[in-house]
Amino acid sequence: MQFFLEVLIGGLLAGVMYSLVALGFVLIYKASGVFNFAQGAMVFFAALTFVGLQEKFGLPFGVTLALSLAAMVVLGVLTERIVLRPLVNQPQITLFMATIGLTFFIEGLAQLIWGTEVRRLDLGIQDEPIEALMERFNILVSRFDVAAALVAGVLVAVLAVFFNKTRIGRALRAVADDHQAAMAVGIPLKQIWAIVWSVAGFVALVAGLLWGARNGVQFALTFVALKALPVLILGGFESILGAIVGGLIIGASEKLAEVYLGPMIGGGIEGWFAYIMALLFLLVRPEGLFGEKHIDRV
Amino acid sequence: MSEPASHEHNPGRRIGGTLLSVDNISLAFGGVKALTDISFDVREHEIRAIIGPNGAGKSSMLNCINGVYTPQQGRIRFDGQEFQRMDPHKAASMGIARTFQNIALFKGMSVLDNIMTGRMLKMRTNLFLQALYVGPNRREELEHRRHVEHIIDFLQIESVRKTPVGRLPYGVQKRVELGRALAAEPRLLLLDEPMAGMNIEEKQDMCRFVLDVNDEFGTTIVLIEHDMGVVMDISDRVVVLDYGKKIGDGTPGEVRANKAVIDAYLGVAH
Amino acid sequence: MLYREAGQFRTSYEADQQIFPIRQDRIAFALLMAVAVVGVPLFASDYWLTAILIPFLVFALASLGLNILTGYAGQLSLGTAAFMAVGAFAAYNFQLRVPGIPILVSFLLGGASAALVGVAFGLPSLRIKGFYLAVATLAAQFFVPWLLVKVGWFSNYSASGVITAQKIEILGFVFDSPVRRYLLVLAIVALLALAAKNLVRSRIGRAWMAVRDMDVAAEVIGIRIMRTKLIAFAVSSFYCGVAGALYAFAYLGSVEPDAFNLDLSFRILFMVIIGGVGSILGSFLGAAFITLLPILLEVLLHGGAGLLGLNLSPGTPSMMQLVVFGGLIIFFLIVEPHGLARLWQIAKEKLRLWPFPY
Repeated sequence: MQFFLEVLIGGLLAGVMYSLVALGFVLIYKASGVFNFAQGAMVFFAALTFVGLQEKFGLPFGVTLALSLAAMVVLGVLTERIVLRPLVNQPQITLFMATIGLTFFIEGLAQLIWGTEVRRLDLGIQDEPIEALMERFNILVSRFDVAAALVAGVLVAVLAVFFNKTRIGRALRAVADDHQAAMAVGIPLKQIWAIVWSVAGFVALVAGLLWGARNGVQFALTFVALKALPVLILGGFESILGAIVGGLIIGASEKLAEVYLGPMIGGGIEGWFAYIMALLFLLVRPEGLFGEKHIDRV
Repeated sequence: MSEPASHEHNPGRRIGGTLLSVDNISLAFGGVKALTDISFDVREHEIRAIIGPNGAGKSSMLNCINGVYTPQQGRIRFDGQEFQRMDPHKAASMGIARTFQNIALFKGMSVLDNIMTGRMLKMRTNLFLQALYVGPNRREELEHRRHVEHIIDFLQIESVRKTPVGRLPYGVQKRVELGRALAAEPRLLLLDEPMAGMNIEEKQDMCRFVLDVNDEFGTTIVLIEHDMGVVMDISDRVVVLDYGKKIGDGTPGEVRANKAVIDAYLGVAH
Repeated sequence: MLYREAGQFRTSYEADQQIFPIRQDRIAFALLMAVAVVGVPLFASDYWLTAILIPFLVFALASLGLNILTGYAGQLSLGTAAFMAVGAFAAYNFQLRVPGIPILVSFLLGGASAALVGVAFGLPSLRIKGFYLAVATLAAQFFVPWLLVKVGWFSNYSASGVITAQKIEILGFVFDSPVRRYLLVLAIVALLALAAKNLVRSRIGRAWMAVRDMDVAAEVIGIRIMRTKLIAFAVSSFYCGVAGALYAFAYLGSVEPDAFNLDLSFRILFMVIIGGVGSILGSFLGAAFITLLPILLEVLLHGGAGLLGLNLSPGTPSMMQLVVFGGLIIFFLIVEPHGLARLWQIAKEKLRLWPFPY
């Protein structure tokens, strides 16, 4: 039982990290209808930029963070301007393919600038069990995972407030609902999109730092980021809550499957379990747990 | 429009028995009622118009007839067979073809291919023969091409037959869509606002085509139209819908004199 | 003037329905085939055959397969490499386990196996579209190679699932030299390309495009959406499967499941996008482009670096490749979504009048 709980908690905490990446997808999808396949590459780019800056200039944490954030904002705004704006009103599938191209571009660019070797990223939080929990309940839970979950929780709360309470948030929701109507009532569409891409860049930075500290900053990060896709299918593309819940479900079930199912069928199932789960889920509920059902009108 | 006069001069044309009847159809989306207890019939060879203000449920009615929507209540009888629910494929194979209010052509395909697609159900050769493009498949392609070329001639769109329809002007696209529906040699043709957004010349052309289809091929036609002049000129009988309910049914003359219809159109308080 | 069709009248629908209704096209195509069948074997070096021409043809076949699914039927797939893997491993196992089975039959059965797997992973396409489906096909991409590694039977219990393809022998004739393998691949690819062209200009091709362009209207015409999509998955995966078999048997010789990774799937998707979505010719143009680009890039980079006296770090060329691929994809999607095939068509239209513009 203790072991089960450990695995479950570990999975849920890992799931929080998936949620973080998925969050970036949801933000952009809600505001512009673009399914940004490059979100994973942005996570990689953010982490690599942070580590690269740290190595090269040795500036304080806060300054490096600010510089990385600036880089992500520039990347986001440029992407919106150069790639997506010329493709406005194109079929969604075209936009999707464009973001696949973008993925390659960003991954290549990041490594051209900062090199291809694997790097360590130290945030000053130890990846070791919390003593109190170990003594009281005899359960191993990583301090790092808990910290990451806390950061993610704060981020989600901030975004929720941002979306629901501020003027920009209201404008964002209006844009998500109907671009043209939003433009007609005087919402500056271009600014809004620039803001959304910047926020997505910020979320990517947070996810990149946490993932990078955990697994090292390396190309394989982009594969981890791909896991956000099944999370989205489970949660629905348009729901922040869905991204969170989907991430938790995927994280937990993936770990449980690896531990309990893995030994039976040869192990290494973490690579595909989430995708197959999403695939089966699609057959039952294609719009996701929290997605809206669309009625086709003729 | 002078031509329709001759149409009315020939009332005994060849209108036959009932081809389609819809009985007590009700349709709702979630809690919103789109159609409430609608019944009417369509006789063979006639031109039957459905009119009504925006949102009256006209397109929903067509969508029920050819199975795109499934009504919660009611029955549809077509050609002696009764259906609780129609599906689009069954409707097509029984000879119901239609056009859409917002043109639903295959934008990436040429005019020729669009109309050829309309003959889908008449083609038989298997996948293997299609891959080889020999014998029966080649013959079949040619035979149907010939038929499609007749339609292209009829609609006077010869010069654009190889053009992707996405590049054609609106009025021509509407014609191509009619052509695609005709390619199936339908017994019942459902036209959803075939003249919407057209200028006067285009409307006249389209009227001409609709009447010719009815005359030459004997096709029964149900059409939705907003232009009252057109409706009164070319249709044999008219159904009037308002807020999903039937408020009038009869010849153009009868409908024009119907108080409920006048109220609906002039906006008298309900 | 060079490319003038004036004076060539097509007097029957039969003549109008040819693949190349214009005489110049027929001549050009005949010349091209003559070069491919006679010229190349006479003059091409082994390097050209094994490192460029054979992979080009194999990739062209795979992108033909993906183009049928994505370009014609409008269903995006990111699992192309997985279907290729199925084809390769199935062909290997048929050769291994069925005594005396002709190699060509193995290839066909490899394709058929891939078709079955393709249909299984295509089932979600009945309920979902667009990038939802793309994510679903990722399941195939990650699951299939894993299965091929984990279940030793598929690779006859070799280490890490590597298979070594059996020798290609047809009616006692052994295809062991690069030239012979090239000619075999050329023949298979040419036949399958012809079949694909025939399919897309027949009923099923129109049904695919109809479903792609407007599925509600297609259904109303009487097209069975479900069946049409599944046939697209089957035919597409068949092509990818045969391509995979050729990839193992004629190109690499020995191959492991992980060679059929997401990267390969993307590469083939890029061929389709750059070559021309919904174009048979485009599949070939795209495959040629993506096969040649890295080589060209390498030459340019090293030439450039040598000229400027720079020292390239070892990762640079492959990173450069990512940047250029990504940039090109975006460029083509924005500027010419129909790819090289459309550019070729525009060039021909210009040639009709050239050198007199009026």
